[in-house]
Formats: sequence, structure tokens, C-alpha cells
Amino acid sequence: MATLAPTFPWVKGAKDDYRTCPVLTLKVDMHAERLIIANAVMAVLTLTIGGIAALLIALTRWQTFHLLDATWFYRLLTLHGIDMLIAWMVFFEIAGLHFGSTVLLNARHAAPKLAWLGFILMTIGGLTANVVVLFDPRNTVAYTAYMPLKASPVFYLSYILFAVGALIAVATFFINIVVAKREKRFEGSMPLVAFGFMTAAILATYTLLQGAAAIVPAFLWSMGVISSFDPGIYRNFFWGFGHPAQQVNLAAMISIWYSLAQITVGIRPVNEKFSRLAFVLYLFFINLGAAHHLLGDPGLSFAWKAVNTSYAMYLAVLGSMMHAFSIPAAMEVALRAKGYRKGLFGWLRNAPWKEPGFSALVISIVIFGWVGGVTGVVIGTEQINMLVHNTMRLPGHFHATVVSGTTTAFMGLTYYLIPLIFRKELKLKKWAVWQPYVFGGGMLLLSLGMITSGLQGVSRRNWDITFAGVVPGTVELTLAIFGIGAILAVIGGIMFVTVVFVSVLTGPRTEANKLLLVSGDGNPVLESTKLTDHMMEDKQNQPRGAFVLVFAFLVWFAVYYFTNWWLLGRTWFIR
Amino acid sequence: MLAPEQNWWKPMDRLEKTWLTVALVWCIFLTIMMPLWYFQGKQNVPTETYRTTPQQYAVTVNEFVAKYQIGEESINGIPFPVVAPPAGSDVYIRASAWQWYPILQLEKGKEYRLHLSSMDYNHGFSLQPVNINLQVLPGYDYVATITPTSSGDFTIVCNEYCYLGHHTMVGKIIVK
Repeated sequence: MATLAPTFPWVKGAKDDYRTCPVLTLKVDMHAERLIIANAVMAVLTLTIGGIAALLIALTRWQTFHLLDATWFYRLLTLHGIDMLIAWMVFFEIAGLHFGSTVLLNARHAAPKLAWLGFILMTIGGLTANVVVLFDPRNTVAYTAYMPLKASPVFYLSYILFAVGALIAVATFFINIVVAKREKRFEGSMPLVAFGFMTAAILATYTLLQGAAAIVPAFLWSMGVISSFDPGIYRNFFWGFGHPAQQVNLAAMISIWYSLAQITVGIRPVNEKFSRLAFVLYLFFINLGAAHHLLGDPGLSFAWKAVNTSYAMYLAVLGSMMHAFSIPAAMEVALRAKGYRKGLFGWLRNAPWKEPGFSALVISIVIFGWVGGVTGVVIGTEQINMLVHNTMRLPGHFHATVVSGTTTAFMGLTYYLIPLIFRKELKLKKWAVWQPYVFGGGMLLLSLGMITSGLQGVSRRNWDITFAGVVPGTVELTLAIFGIGAILAVIGGIMFVTVVFVSVLTGPRTEANKLLLVSGDGNPVLESTKLTDHMMEDKQNQPRGAFVLVFAFLVWFAVYYFTNWWLLGRTWFIR
Repeated sequence: MLAPEQNWWKPMDRLEKTWLTVALVWCIFLTIMMPLWYFQGKQNVPTETYRTTPQQYAVTVNEFVAKYQIGEESINGIPFPVVAPPAGSDVYIRASAWQWYPILQLEKGKEYRLHLSSMDYNHGFSLQPVNINLQVLPGYDYVATITPTSSGDFTIVCNEYCYLGHHTMVGKIIVK
């Protein structure tokens, strides 16, 4: 086969357009670097807009304040969904995909122009969606825009532009991998983190295609080209996008968990096969999850609902439970190998709790698993869903997953992107140390407030539940917990955005000289390469503490699960 | 983040194998619980559904109300018929922005075939404080066979967003 044309700048004679990261000793292609920066900046900007909306809608649902009027409440709720669940997540993930397919593989960005096209389309789509939701009252349709709620054609068009842009950006990920492999930029298998990002990219591809199957007919219908579209089918296709999109977030988040664990404590995956198998389980089974949103819908059989909602046999849940062990276990082994071997949890006491990447990682894992994961499986149980569907328990669940879990992990990683990719010194380090705790603590309260309100029947997406006149007095308490959590989380969000913008916009550009931000001068990523098989297998370094933790998790899981069956058994007979 | 060594296909050790086995058993158990409850439990998600149209459904609801109306009560200042159908019969609720029509009066411990459909958008049938929640779609006649096990006044809240008056959409079921 003919050799590839020597377009790559690292090939002899070509123009130098890369730098070598002095900390990670990896090559950073400048095209990739600029793309990562652009996408990350858009991510943080949309997070900021979504965060402002978050504060205002939270202060409205907190009945004591009841800040906005109904129109503005529903409008900002729509905006909050679009900016957070779509724009912030996808922009950050695209930054991650550019990173995973170039820097981690020591490779170049093989299609920067295409990637910029994707970025521009996403930016136009995202900004258009913001503008039309804010200024055109027809578009107050919530981000799900269930037909026959009819938004303006531009609203659907903005979704389509964003999705096409994202698809193009995802395509460049695959192009990069193929080119890197052909040019032999890396030997053998991809690193685990890149493998995880590839899982996310594959999921993203069919997620976006399913989204098109819902939004394109809606677009045509809003233009009057087609006269009607079945609202049930719309829901099925919409959630074929909406649910797997959360699994893209999941796969990206778990890749970032592995990254943060390596950056902050120098892990080596305990067993590559185990971790990769868990990602493969996502790939095969997680697409069935659209059914989670249709469990209370007419027209679908029990068998269809039960098979799909359980991801065939909870095999995607199995994947998550595997990661839930393998990541803490790898952290424990690495810390034990450093000499922290006392008792079951001596390694945890000696962990770098001040390092923002580490605290963000632990908060993300704990709230994602113990609150988000457990509530998710319970809500996704076919019959139990009847107690939960569209009550506040639902946002309570997904704020624990996408916000406490994914967003906290993304924030944690951002602190390291600032010196390594933006090449700026991290400012306000003390803020960065506290930020994950403030944000995570706030989000935990918020989720608990929502879940306990939902248990009492408070519905989601509702401007004023007192209208119904049925809500018991304790709801005021749980909504106050929710509101206080929201305020704390917004403070945490402001701290994050301030640290990022102050660091990026002030001070000279400078190459990073160390990896850790506050906990010393070590370089855990390089140290992790010195973890030998012998050290990993040493009896004293076995992850016994992590093993105990996952069993404690399982007990909590079972308690919550059976409590919900008990609650279901007390309600009216229905079939 | 770094490339693994060439041969990473290694056997799992004892702790990993144990956790994998326990987690898999738990997943199988979670799977079995659903069919088990489907055959043994008293609370299952209704599946019976018929195609309908808003016009056709509205006619059925009007006939139903005319046949069994016993009185009138107002919700948020709007008068609604109170309808007391016989036990075991087909009973109807019509969802539209922003009403649940009519008010039903049922008997505790008796079974009813409750039909739900929408005239316009998606709506959410959320019966409180019983806390049963179902999706109501236009064009679908969704039949829930229910038996009230408690008595009193119950509120139907709409919990699917249906434009700006969404939160005012409240209905009522009375159980004697």
C-alpha cells in the first residue's frame, strides 16, 4: 500500500506545528489544542448561562421565594435544559474527543477544518436556540418539545444545526484514530481513557441519528410540510436521543474518572480486561434505555418495557458496577503501593483531599453511584416507575448523575486543562480547592430535596405546586432543602467559572512545569508507569477497602430498592 | 491515559471475580423481580390501549357524563359535573389544556376501567396523594383497571408540561 502523503507536520521537512507537553511528555498538535480550547470555552460559557437560569428557576420552585412569573419560569426552564443538558455537556465532550484522539495517542488532528466546521455549526445552533427561546414566546416548550407542543421552525432548526455539528466533530474523532493507527502514532491497544472516549463517540453517533428521527419530522411539521406526527413515536425517538445522550455523558465521565485518578494518585488500571469489558457492555446494552422515559406510556407491552428498561438484563448497570469497583480499587492499590497500608481505609485518610481533581473525582463517584445510580435503577424498574414518573424524584435522580457526577468530573478535569492545554497558570488555587466540596455538597442537598419532595407527589416542571392544594406541609421543608442546595451549588458554579476565567484571561502564557495543582511537585502519571506487576499483586496492596465499600453500596442499593417495592405495594390496585 | 502493555488480556483476580459474580447475580435478580411482580403484584403499569381521535373520545366522554352525572362541583371557579358510574364499568377522564374532565365519584374496593386520553398535548395523570403517575397522549385511549383502596378526595395533578397554564390543571376523584 502506498504511504500516506507527508502532510503531517511531524514528518521530516514539514512545518513544525506541535509542541511537546513538558509534564506529560506527550505531543500536542496545535490544531487539536486550539479546538480543545474553543470547545471548552463554549462549554463554560453555556454552563454560565444555564447556571443563571438554574438559580432563577430554583428560587421559583422554592415556594418561599417563588421569584419568577409562570411565563419566565417555563421559558428559563427550557433554556436551562438546552444549555446544561445539551450544550455544556456536548461542547465539553467534543473537547474531550479531540484530546482523546490526538494528545493521548501522540497523534495529529487529521481533519482540523472539518472539526472547525462542526464547532461553528454547534455554536450557531446553540446560540440560536438560546435566542429563540428567550425572545420568541412560541418556544417555551421545554427542552423535550413533546409534539404536539409546537415551537417555531427555527427552534427545531437550531437543534438540527447543533446535532449536525456534533456529528461532524465526532466523525473527526474516528478519522483521527484511523490516521493515527495508520501512521503508527501509537503501538498496540489504545489507552483505556481513549477507549472510553471511543465508546462515547460510538454512542454519540447513533444518539444523534435517533435525535434526527425525532427533530426532523417535528421541524417539517412546524413548517406545515407534514400535517401530523404520532406523539408516542416522537417520544420514542426523542428519548432514543435524550437517554443515550446521557450514556455518552456517562462514558465520557468514566473516561475522565480514570484520567483524574491517574493524574491525582497515579493509578494503573487493576485489570485492563475488566475495565474494557465494562465499556463494551455500555456499547451493546445502553441504547435500550430510551424505554426509561416511556414506562408510563400507553401502547407499549409489559415485555417491551421490561426488556428495554433493564438493558436486556441490567447488563449496562453491570458495566457501571464494574467501574464502581475497578476505579476505587486502582486508587487503593496505587496509594497502598506508596506505603499507605494501615487498616482498611488508611489509604483514603492519606489521599490528596486538597487536590481539586481528586476531591472532584471522589464526589463525582460517590454521588453518581450512591444517589444517581441507585435511584436510576429503581426509577427504571417497570412497575416502580408509576410512583415516580414526572414527579420531582426524576430531576432529583438526573441532577445526581449529570450534575453531581458528570459536571463535577468535567470541572475537576478543567483545572488540569488550564495549565496543560490553555498553558496558563491556575489562579485562585484556594477557591479551586474548596470548589468541588461546595458544588458537590450543594448538589447533594438539591438532589435529596428533589427526591424527598417527589416522594410526596410534587411534580416536576411545575411553576406552583400549591395550586393543586394537596401537598402536605413537609413539602415546604424538602423544597427548602432543595433551594439551599441550589444556592450552594450556584456558589460552587460561580467559583468554578471565576477560577477558569481569571486563570485564562490574566497572566502570561507559560508552559506547565508540574502536574499537581496544590499537593506537591510529584507527577503521578509518570509514577504510575513505575507500578510493577509485582507491586500490583503484592498481598499488602490488595484493594480490600474498595471491596468493602462496594458491598456497602450494594446493601444501600438493596435497601432503597425494596423500600420502593414496599411503597408501591401500598398504593391503589392497578393493572 | 497511557497505552497499556502489549498483552493486557489477563485473568481477573479473586476480588474482581467475586464482585463481578455478585453484581451479575444482583442484576439477574433485578431482572426477575419485574415479571415476578407482573404475575403476583397488585400494582402493574396498565398496557391496554386503543386508537382514538380527540373528536371521537370527546363524544364518548360526553355520553358517559350525560348518563351518570349526579351533581356539580367547581374547581378553580369552573363548574365540573360529578359523575358516579356503577362499579365495574368503563369510566372516562378527558385531559385538555388545562382541565381534567369530569369529576369521578367511585366506590372503595370496587374495580373500574379508567380510560384516559388527551384532546391536545401530552398530559401527565398524577393522582395524589396516592401517587400513581401515567402519561396521557392524544390519539391513544389508555385503559387503567383500578381499584381504589382508600377513600376520600383525591386530586389529579397534571405532571407533563402543557404550556403556560400547566400548573393550573387540576382534577378530582372522590372515593366513597
